[in-house]
Amino acid sequence: MALLTVRNLEVEFPLGRKTLQALYGVDFSLEKGERLGIVGESGTGKSVAAFSILNLLSKPGRISRGEILFEGSDLATLNDDAMRDIRGNRISMIFQDPMMTLNPVLTIGTQMIECLKAHRNISREAAREIAISKLKEVMIPSPENRMDSYPHELSGGMRQRVVIAIALLTDPSIIIADEPTTALDVTIQAEIMVLMLELCKNNSVGLILITHDLAVVSQVTERVMVMYAGRVVEEGPTRDVIQNPQHPYTRGLIKALPQENRPGSRLNQIRGSMPALDAIPAGCAFNPRCDYADGECLKAIPPLLGKKGHKATCLHTDRIPPFESARQEVST
Amino acid sequence: MNTALKPLVEIRNVEKRFGGDGGFLSSRQPEVKALNDVSLSVDKGDAFCLVGESGCGKSTLARTVIGLHPPSNGEILYDGERIDTLSQQEKRPFTRKMQMIFQNPYASLNPRMTVMQTLEEPLRIHRPELSRQQVREKVEEVMLSVGNDPAWGERYPHEFSGGQRQRISIARALMLDPEFVVADEPISALDVSIQAQVLNVMMDAQEQRHLTYLFITHDLSVVEHFGSRVAVMYLGTVCELADTRSLFATPRHPYTQALLSAIPKMSEEGAGHIKMTGEVPTAMNLPSGCVFHPRCPHANDRCRKEVPDFLDNGETQTACFAVEEGRL
Ligand SMILES: Nc1ncnc2c1ncn2[C@@H]1O[C@H](COP(=O)(O)OP(=O)(O)OP(=O)(O)O)[C@@H](O)[C@H]1O
Ligand SMILES: Nc1ncnc2c1ncn2[C@@H]1O[C@H](COP(=O)(O)OP(=O)(O)OP(=O)(O)O)[C@@H](O)[C@H]1O
Ligand code: SF4
Ligand SMILES: [Mg+2]
Ligand SMILES: [Mg+2]
Repeated sequence: MALLTVRNLEVEFPLGRKTLQALYGVDFSLEKGERLGIVGESGTGKSVAAFSILNLLSKPGRISRGEILFEGSDLATLNDDAMRDIRGNRISMIFQDPMMTLNPVLTIGTQMIECLKAHRNISREAAREIAISKLKEVMIPSPENRMDSYPHELSGGMRQRVVIAIALLTDPSIIIADEPTTALDVTIQAEIMVLMLELCKNNSVGLILITHDLAVVSQVTERVMVMYAGRVVEEGPTRDVIQNPQHPYTRGLIKALPQENRPGSRLNQIRGSMPALDAIPAGCAFNPRCDYADGECLKAIPPLLGKKGHKATCLHTDRIPPFESARQEVST
Repeated sequence: MNTALKPLVEIRNVEKRFGGDGGFLSSRQPEVKALNDVSLSVDKGDAFCLVGESGCGKSTLARTVIGLHPPSNGEILYDGERIDTLSQQEKRPFTRKMQMIFQNPYASLNPRMTVMQTLEEPLRIHRPELSRQQVREKVEEVMLSVGNDPAWGERYPHEFSGGQRQRISIARALMLDPEFVVADEPISALDVSIQAQVLNVMMDAQEQRHLTYLFITHDLSVVEHFGSRVAVMYLGTVCELADTRSLFATPRHPYTQALLSAIPKMSEEGAGHIKMTGEVPTAMNLPSGCVFHPRCPHANDRCRKEVPDFLDNGETQTACFAVEEGRL
C-alpha cells in the first residue's frame, strides 16, 4: 500500500448562508520516497488539498468527505493531539514565506532544539548535535555560530534553508512544500530546488511540491497532478504529462509558456478565466474555455481515465490531435 | 544596432543614493547606493529588458527614468533633451509621453474609483480640451484595444481578477497615447496562463502604437520571448548589455552565465547550474572593486580592487576583468 492515500477528498468553506466547495472528490497517493508535483491555476485548490492533509485548513474550512490514509490511520478523523504527533514529525510542511515557520524572537538553535524535544525524548545536548548536523546538510556555513542567530539576521535564501533543515529534523517520511521558492531570487531558487531534490533523494523522503512553475516540476518530481476548479484533471509520470499532455487545460498551460512559442510571436493563451467557486459550470468545468468542447461536455463530468498511470478527465482525449511541442529551450 | 537612430531615452552615468545625507538634526540613516554609474540607451521601438536579482536597483532605475525621483548624479535624456532637471511645469509634455505600469495589479488601482474614473483621470489632467463625449470615446477605444469589455467601466477594481486588473492598468497607461512605457514586473503576480494574455496585449499595443518599452522582469524566458535588448544588473551596476539573441547565445559576464544556468529547463532532471559562492551582499555595504567579486568563481586580486570598465567584445558589452583579460 502507498505511504499516503487520499481518497475522494472534499473540502468546503461554510460562509454564512452559502457553502463554497473547494475540492471535489480528489484522489491521489504517494509512495515511499516519491516526489509528486501539484500544478494548476491560482485558486484551484492546490494549497487546500495540501493543507487538509495536516489539518491546517484556514477557518472555516473543513473536510466534508473522504479519507487520508497514512501509516495505518485516517488523518481526516484524528484528534488534535494525535495530529500534533504527525505534523512536524512524520510529515513536515514548508511554506512560501519562511516566517510562517520561524519565530522572530527565538534563535534558530532554540527553535530547532525545542522542535526536536517536542517530538523525541532526548537531551538538549543530543538535540543540539542533530540540529547542527541538519544545518550542515542544507549547507548553512558555520552552523555552530548560526544556531545563535535570529531569523532577521539571515537573508531570505538562508531562512528558507533553515526552514528546510527544520522540516528534516525529525526524519519525516513526507515533506509538503507549498511554493517554497516563489519568494526568492532566481539564482537562489535554483539552488534551493536542487538542494531539496538531493535531500529528498538521499533520505528517501517523499515530497509533495506545489508550484506554478512547470519547469521546476519537470526537474524535481517524478509524478505530477494537474488541478482545475477543485478537481484533479490530469495525473501521471511527469515526463509523460509534460511531453504528451492529455487534458486540454494542461495542453493550454504548456502551450502558453514562452518556451513553446517562437520569440516575438503572440503566445498561445487559454481564453477566458477560471470560474469562481460558486459558479463552476455544469459538466466538465473547463468546457467554456475548451477548443474541443461539445454538447456532451456540458452534461457529464468526465471520469479520470487513462493508461499506464497517465490519466486525464476529458471525454474526448481520443478525438484530440496528438500534442506537438514547439519547445525552444533557452540555449546555454 | 542601427547607429543612424537617435536613442529615445538615454541614461548617462546615473547614480542614486538613498539616506545617508542626514542633515544636522535628522537621524542618520545608513546610505544605500542603489544605482552606481548606470548608462544605457533605449532606441525607438525597443523592448528593452532589465533583469537581475531582487534589490539590484531595477525599480529604482525605472522610477528615476520616469522622473518619480531625481538621480543623485548623472543625466536622463528623452529624445535628446535633458529631463531630470526640469521643473514640474516643464516636465508636463514629457509626462504625457512616458507612462508606467506597476507590478502589483491589486495595489496600483484606486479601490474607490470605478474603472471609468480611473481611465478618465489622466485625460482630465493632461487633455482638458476634450469634451465629455470625446473622453468616453477614447476610453472605449483603449479598453477594446487591450481586450477589455468597455462595459466594465461602472465597476470597481475588486470585482476583477488579477489579469483583468493588469489589463485595466495597461489601458490607463495607454490613455494618453504615450511613446514610452516603463513596465515594472507587470506579469510577475499573475498565473502562467494569464501572463500569456497580458504579454500578448502588450505586444499588440507595441505594434499598433509603435511603443517603446522598458520592461523589468526576473523571468528570463519572458525576456527571451519579448525583449529586443537586455541589460543585466547586479547590485546597482549594469554588468552586461546586449541584444537579446546575443545575450542568450553568448553570455560573457560570470553573473549572466550563472543567471542563465539557473533557468530550469523543461527537458532535463535536476540540471547542473553554476554554483555561486558567498553570501549576497547588499546595496548598503557595496563590495570593493567589481561588485560581483565575492560571489564570482573567476575573481582575482584585480577584481577585488579595481572597478571593471564596460567593454564591447563584439557579441555583448561586458564589465568584467576575466573577459577583458581573456581568462573567460
Ligand atoms: N478561508 C477560506 N475561506 C473561503 N474560501 C477559501 C478559504 N481558503 C481558500 N478558499 C478558497 O478555496 C479555493 C482554493 O484555494 P487554494 O488556496 O487552495 O488555491 P491554490 O490552488 O493554492 O491557489 P494559489 O496558486 O493562488 O496559491 C480558492 O477559490 C479560495 O478562494
Ligand atoms: N526609497 C528608498 N529608500 C531607501 N532605500 C531604497 C529606497 N528604494 C529602494 N531602496 C534600496 O535600493 C536598492 C534597490 O532597490 P530596488 O527596489 O530598485 O530593487 P529591485 O531590483 O527593483 O528589486 P526587486 O526585484 O525586489 O523589485 C535596495 O537595496 C533597496 O532596499
Ligand atoms: S570582474 Fe572579476 S569578479 Fe567581476 S565578474 Fe568578472 S571575473 Fe568575476
Ligand atoms: Mg496556494
Ligand atoms: Mg523592483
